[in-house]
Amino acid sequence: MKNLWLFLVRYNAFFWFILFFVASLLLVVQNNRYQRSAFINSSNVVVGSLYDKLNSWKSYLALEETNKNLAVENSELRKQLQHYLLTDTLDSVRIVDSIEMNRYQFTMAEVVNNSIHQKSNFITINKGSLAGIQKGLGVITSNGVVGIVLNVSPHFSTIQSLLHPDTRISVTLDTTNVFGSLVWGNTTDPQFAIVKDIPNHIKVQKGQKVYTSGFSLFPKGIEIGSVEETGISSGGSFLDVKIKLRTNFSNLNHVYVVKDLLEDEKNQLEAVTEDNDG
Amino acid sequence: MGRLIIFNVLRFVILIAMQVVLFKNIGYYNLATPFPYILIIFLLPIGTPNFLLYVLAFLTGLTVDAFYDSIGVHAAACVALAWYRIFFHRITLDVDVQDSFETPSLGNMGSKWYLSYISIGTLIHHLVLLHVEYFSFSNYLSTLLSILLSSIFTILLIILISILIYKRKSRLLSN
Repeated sequence: MKNLWLFLVRYNAFFWFILFFVASLLLVVQNNRYQRSAFINSSNVVVGSLYDKLNSWKSYLALEETNKNLAVENSELRKQLQHYLLTDTLDSVRIVDSIEMNRYQFTMAEVVNNSIHQKSNFITINKGSLAGIQKGLGVITSNGVVGIVLNVSPHFSTIQSLLHPDTRISVTLDTTNVFGSLVWGNTTDPQFAIVKDIPNHIKVQKGQKVYTSGFSLFPKGIEIGSVEETGISSGGSFLDVKIKLRTNFSNLNHVYVVKDLLEDEKNQLEAVTEDNDG
Repeated sequence: MGRLIIFNVLRFVILIAMQVVLFKNIGYYNLATPFPYILIIFLLPIGTPNFLLYVLAFLTGLTVDAFYDSIGVHAAACVALAWYRIFFHRITLDVDVQDSFETPSLGNMGSKWYLSYISIGTLIHHLVLLHVEYFSFSNYLSTLLSILLSSIFTILLIILISILIYKRKSRLLSN
């Protein structure tokens, strides 16, 4: 103990230096916006590449599952392709709407970090601004909707998962064309979510499919899940519907980032409409 | 002792005022900016206890930071300078001089000691200052150039100030 004390006294200049220097650096990082963002960014690169490494090992474990999913998706696509070929040969005057066909661009990315047990869940993927990903794009998998791109760095992006209280996605129920908004709500189970604002007079059956409406970031008609429980009243003239999500958030592996190529045009047009209103 | 405190407080006020009124507006683009206020820390009495020295350096840095809107950056650099100062005094001064409360000025210490004291100290201060300010190793060459040019600028100004207030007194060093 005495030796330790002597040691501290002997080198007190150094220890005081460490103390004061760390205090100043804390001040710097805490109060200056530039340094804070630089600090957080650099740590993000470290964390991100670590997750990347980890994931390259983990992905081997999920290989079988991934293969199965891909095979299922392949068969699904093949079925659709057949459908197209069929209609093409039968219907010779079919007008191919080239604008509609090129409207969305899909970028494949791998999930490198994922959470489902928090109150607000986020996902990190291994593509960033260099791959053309921007803030606010939608993210889907072959099974359904995942979330919305929240932040972008050159090589990584974070996604605000559907399992986040602020995420709202516009959806429709099949057969009826009513639309509501999908939120995770106050369920804490990653398998379920709530569709809000369905008008009272609509009859909703259990097992009915729920699709994206195409009003927001996502292409129309992506199956999100099926109705699990109906008639949860939120008061007023609207109903809430509990749905079971098709996306399995606990083993997300590959996702697609959807870029709506015509979004700017759409927004501009809608802005003009709003101007006219006011 | 009272005289000593008054002198140091006056030096603090005058140099800080000069820094924020005058030298803040002088510079060669963003490449060379002078910080002669560090003379406050250089010229504190030799026998200042370590802890007090750090506190004073930290406060000096924070004061300048307040005017530069960069909380902590100058404080960090000044703390590093204080450490250098302790180290330099320990290896260059006799034990009895180390305990005296003389001011390590140009007149007291002689030009050879004073110049190396100022030059190395300024370099260390600017090295820490600009690294903390830029906070990244990208474009490192321009950081280094900036450190070098700013240091030369600061050293020249400090020498100028030292000559202006030069007063030959007792030599504390034998050479």
